[in-house]
This record gives sequence, structure tokens and C-alpha cells, in this order.
Amino acid sequence: MSKKMIEVRWHGRGGQGAKTAALLFAETLLATGKYIQAFPEYGPERMGAPVQSFNRISDEIITIHSGITNPNYVVILDSSLMNSVNVTYGVDNNGKIIVNTSLNSQDIVKKLGVLTNQVCVINASKIALETIGKDIPNTPMLGALVKVIGALNIDDVLENIRVKLMTKFRHKPEVIEGNLTSIKRAFDEVC
Amino acid sequence: MKKKEVKGFNVHDNEKKLSVSELPVGDIVEAGTAVDFYTGSWRLQRPVWNKEKCINCLICWISCPDSCIKILPDKQKTSIVAGIDYDHCKGCGICAKECPSKIKAITMEHEKK
Amino acid sequence: MIKTVCSRGKIVAKTGNEVMAEAMRQIEPDVVAAYPITPATEIVQIFSQFVADGIIKSEFVAVESEHSAMSTTIAASAAGARAMTATSSQGLSLMWEMLYIASGLRLPVVMAEVNRALSAPINIHGDQSDTMGARDSGWIQIYSENSQEAYDNMIQSIRIAEKAKLPAFVTTDGFIISHCMEVVEVYPDVDVKAFIGEYKPDRYLLDVKNPYTLGSIDLQDYYFEHRYQLAKAMTDAKDIILDVADDFKETFGREYGLYEKYMIDDAEIAIVVIGSVAGTSKVVVKELRKRGIKAGLLKIRVYRPFPSYQIAKDLKRIKAVAILDKADSCSGAFGPIYSDVAASLCSIGMVSSCPKIVNYVYGLGGREINTDHIFSIYEKLKKIVLGVENFSNKIEYINVRIK
Repeated sequence: MSKKMIEVRWHGRGGQGAKTAALLFAETLLATGKYIQAFPEYGPERMGAPVQSFNRISDEIITIHSGITNPNYVVILDSSLMNSVNVTYGVDNNGKIIVNTSLNSQDIVKKLGVLTNQVCVINASKIALETIGKDIPNTPMLGALVKVIGALNIDDVLENIRVKLMTKFRHKPEVIEGNLTSIKRAFDEVC
Repeated sequence: MKKKEVKGFNVHDNEKKLSVSELPVGDIVEAGTAVDFYTGSWRLQRPVWNKEKCINCLICWISCPDSCIKILPDKQKTSIVAGIDYDHCKGCGICAKECPSKIKAITMEHEKK
Repeated sequence: MIKTVCSRGKIVAKTGNEVMAEAMRQIEPDVVAAYPITPATEIVQIFSQFVADGIIKSEFVAVESEHSAMSTTIAASAAGARAMTATSSQGLSLMWEMLYIASGLRLPVVMAEVNRALSAPINIHGDQSDTMGARDSGWIQIYSENSQEAYDNMIQSIRIAEKAKLPAFVTTDGFIISHCMEVVEVYPDVDVKAFIGEYKPDRYLLDVKNPYTLGSIDLQDYYFEHRYQLAKAMTDAKDIILDVADDFKETFGREYGLYEKYMIDDAEIAIVVIGSVAGTSKVVVKELRKRGIKAGLLKIRVYRPFPSYQIAKDLKRIKAVAILDKADSCSGAFGPIYSDVAASLCSIGMVSSCPKIVNYVYGLGGREINTDHIFSIYEKLKKIVLGVENFSNKIEYINVRIK
């Protein structure tokens, strides 16, 4: 509940990588020296069903272990979730909502009934298709989130993600480059 | 007959019970204590072994649940029956039952007390 | 960068399950027999992967049930091996009769336990009904607030169990810790291996030159003596746990006790907690202190053996204390931790005077407990101290729809 603590809620569908994104985001920020937490919506997960995952980020040690009910940032990996899930739940007027969509932010503002400056949009699916070759919007959304939070250094983030991906995709350099490009593009394009 | 202090049933009138600090830690009983436990006193019937009839097939030895058939080494047959350990035999009669029916070298008789 | 406490430590991001498996890899026990169960599945899965990949030489036995897992672990331990397992909830329940055999035979089996509610109704989420139910089984019980503690407790529990000749389990709160990735400092393999040392049992069944019988029948004439031995071992384990903690602090730099005192020395109101809720409550205590309210917190780390006298001494000056149970005894009276703390206070002569103690049951089946709930408890304690509210003499339930 420290003012410095940032809380993030990710909305996705089972299989879209909402949990993975939260874990990767946390690991990346740890490497930049932040205290982190990442946890999925607890319980059984099913492919395609709406799922949530969460992050806490702080410069100080995080001891709190309750759920996140008032996130500072909401990341929506699949815009269709806005029709079925109350994605703005617990978000106050200072909260930001980042949506993977081809629509512009005014359309989303209207749809969600929030303030104009609360919504940021990015066509992460398009970026993912162009850079990674698959509709996996979670990594580009990570770049968008870094941009919107503002206090984080994108170069540090990219470097740490490269290190992280190197261990996993050592024999597939194109996967690493694709992911990094997608993050950078989303960082630049989110508005 | 050696008499050792052992943990177990009260078989000796003078058995000393070990205290918490004397007992080994955990439910441990030292090996070989069954020798000191004279189950022979439980017997109502005793097996009587007829050395003349015995063919030393050792079926009784295999069958006895209390290892009470004594055996000895033998040059021709490796092992031969040497008698019955009445200190430990409970008189269950398995040896008499298992002794081949054509031989009947072990018979059960009432214990004369 | 986040600084390490231990000069050779390394900061990583890991979930509770991952660090418990990591500790098991470093401990590299001779035998692990386990059956996966949510939310402890990953511990078994990750550990068995280490074995399959040839990273460690442990023998992994994939058993068909938790009863067999505990039986196999007991047998391995009796044979002279360092043996471990992991489970949760229904799995612990299925182990039940074997839990008592591990402790009765004085075998230092170590288990990773992830707290989860018990059926029925079926529920996979975290509460402490499972291990609280096993409180009389003769196992050392160590609870962890976070992943770091889970990791440190696992390493220490090996030495504690082997020295005390008692089985021990280390718990984390299901999902809240088991599935939460957070910052953990891990230590080099060699340091962990050096800390736990080689297991050299005094006696073991595979020592064919010195045979003995283990687990024979024990009737009226000897059972009581053996149970006394067990009870005494549990009492003596308190010093062993503190000795191991001292050595742990010297080696790795982190300090542990039987319980943790958080701003308790000058506190007027305090709560007694166990597990992950301690971290959430510390945030509240800090905030209350900022507002000038003398709030404190006592976190039980070692629940069995229970640091009865010490806790009573630390609580006796406090005006009002709330004791939080994440399990309900369904006793028609009070929760397990309350019963232990209340009895401890009675034992040092604190019967009806001070402190006033209240029992709260929270979080059953993973029900949310947040800072607002904890604030409301302190609020109530404040009112009790001021005398504007009477203290309840029955269990108060938090965040449950009663009416």
C-alpha cells in the first residue's frame, strides 16, 4: 500500500499467455532492481476461458500477499473480453487501461465508460503477427505497459528479456529477435 | 539357560522394565530377543518326533513358524533333523500336519504337566 | 539492484513451489517418494524432472497414492536414507496413519507441505485445515510467510529433523505463496550441502552387522514410555531449532526464531498470525504505527513444537490480542492457534486479567484476507482497550456471509 507500489492486472484468455506475460514482466523488472510479485488468478485454468494474472512492482520489499483489487494498470490481451468481463473493476480515475485492439482509444473510452486519458490502445496482435509470425499478443503488450508506466527503462527491459529468452530459445534466434522487435514496436506505437 | 533383560511380554517374574532414558530411541527392540522368550510354556500339545521314521525331507523345518525344528549338518543329505526345541515350540501342530502322510514321523501328544 | 543478504547468494524470481523444489534439489535426498496434488504438484514435477535429467542422483519413486508416498519415505528413512516427500490437503489426509508411524519410529522424514482446504466441499485453495489437523501427529511444523522463508525453512528442517530424530514439514500457503513469483535469494549448492552435512543415522535397518527390530508391538508395559520419549523429543526440539537457526544466520545471514516479533515490544494491541497473512498484516502495522497507534504482530514460525512459555511471556503485557486461525477446529469452542495461545497464557498465570484475547477465523477455502480486514481487527482491539466494546468470548469470523 506504499504509494510507490504499482499494481497491474492482466486480462486474457486461457492459452494467450496472460500468466506468462506477468511472470516475464516480473522477472524482467527484478533484473532492473525492482521488487516484484507475479501471480495468476488462482484456480483451474481452461483454454479460451477468461483468465487474469497480476503484478506488484516496488522499490521496497513487498510483504503484502492479498489479492489485487485496485490495480493501477489493466492490460487487456483480447479486446473481446470487454464484452464479457468487467475489466474496469476496481480501477479508479487515475488507473490506466491498455487494450490490444485495432480500434482507436475514443471507441474504447466510450465502450468502457472511463475518462479519455485512461485508455491506451495498441494493435498488439498485428505487431505479433508481423514480428513473431503468430498472434501471441503478450510480449508486445509488455512493451506497451512499460511505455505507459513510464518510470521504467525500455532498454534495460529489452536487454533483460533478451537474456531471459536466450536461455529458452538458444537455438531459435529468430524467436528472440521477433519478440524483442515486437516489444520495441509496441513501446513506440502505443497511444 | 541364559536370562537377559529384554523388552517385551512379562515372561520372567524378575524382568526389569526399562525406563524412558534406558530404552533405545524409537520403537526399537534389540535383535535376537525372541530366544529369551519361552513360548514353550504356552503348549497344550507337544510334537513327538520319531527319529526312526523320519526321512529328513525337512518339510517340518520349513513349515515351523517358530523355527523350533533343530537341524544338524549331514555329509550325505546336507542337513538332517536333530530334534525339537521345546523351549520355544508353542505346540501348534503344523509340523505334524505337514509331515508326509505315508511317513508320520511327528505326532502330537497331550502335554503332561 | 537488490542486495543479497548472503555474500554468495543470488537473487532470483521464483514461486513458492519452485523454491521448495530448488531446496530439494540442493539437499539431494537419497529417496523421494511422492504423489502430485494441487497446489503442491509443481514441487513433485520439478523435482522429478531434476532426477530425470540426471542433475541429481536421488531415487524418485512415483507411488500410486500419498499413503504409499509416506510409507515408502518411512521405509527409506528406516533403512538409513535421507528421505523426503511433498503433499497437500487430501494427500496429507491420506497419509494420516503413516504420519504417526514416522514420528513414533522417530524417523527424520522431511516433507514440503502446501496448505490447502480439506473436502467437503471440494476446494483447491489455501487454508491451514490440513496441517492444523495434523498438529498432534508428532511432526515438527514450520510455517513460511513467503517463498524466501519456504526455501530457508526447507534447508534448516533437514538438520532439525535429523538432530531431533523427528519428522518435520515445512508449509506454504496454497496458491498465495506456492504460485506467487517473488524475489528469493538462493545460496550456492555447495554452501547448502555443507550446511546440511551428510546424514549419518545412529542406527539403520540396512546396517546388517547390527540388526534390530523396528516397530514391534508395544503394549501397556512400554507404549507409554515410548510416547513420553516422543513428547520429550518435541520439547527438546525447540533448542535444536534455535541452534540450527543460529548456524543458519551465521552461514547465510538470515535470522530465524521459533516466532517473529514485529513491533511487539512496546505494543498495546497485537495480532498473532501464521503464514502469508503475516506479510499483509505487517503493512497494516506499519501504517498504524505511522498514525501513532502502538500496534504489533507476532508471527508463529514453528507451530510444533509450540513455543508456549516464550509466546506467553511476550504477550502478557499487551492489552488486547487477536489470534487469527486459518482453520476452524469445528470444536464448538475455539480455533487451534487460539487454544494453544490461550492455554499458554493460562499456564503462566494470565487467566482473566490482561491481555484480553479474541479469536478470529479467516480465509477458509482461500477466502480473501486483505489489509482492510486486518485494519478492522486492530480497530476492534483498540475499542476493547478503550472499554467501549466488550471482547467476544467466541470465534469471530472474518469476511463470511452469515446473515
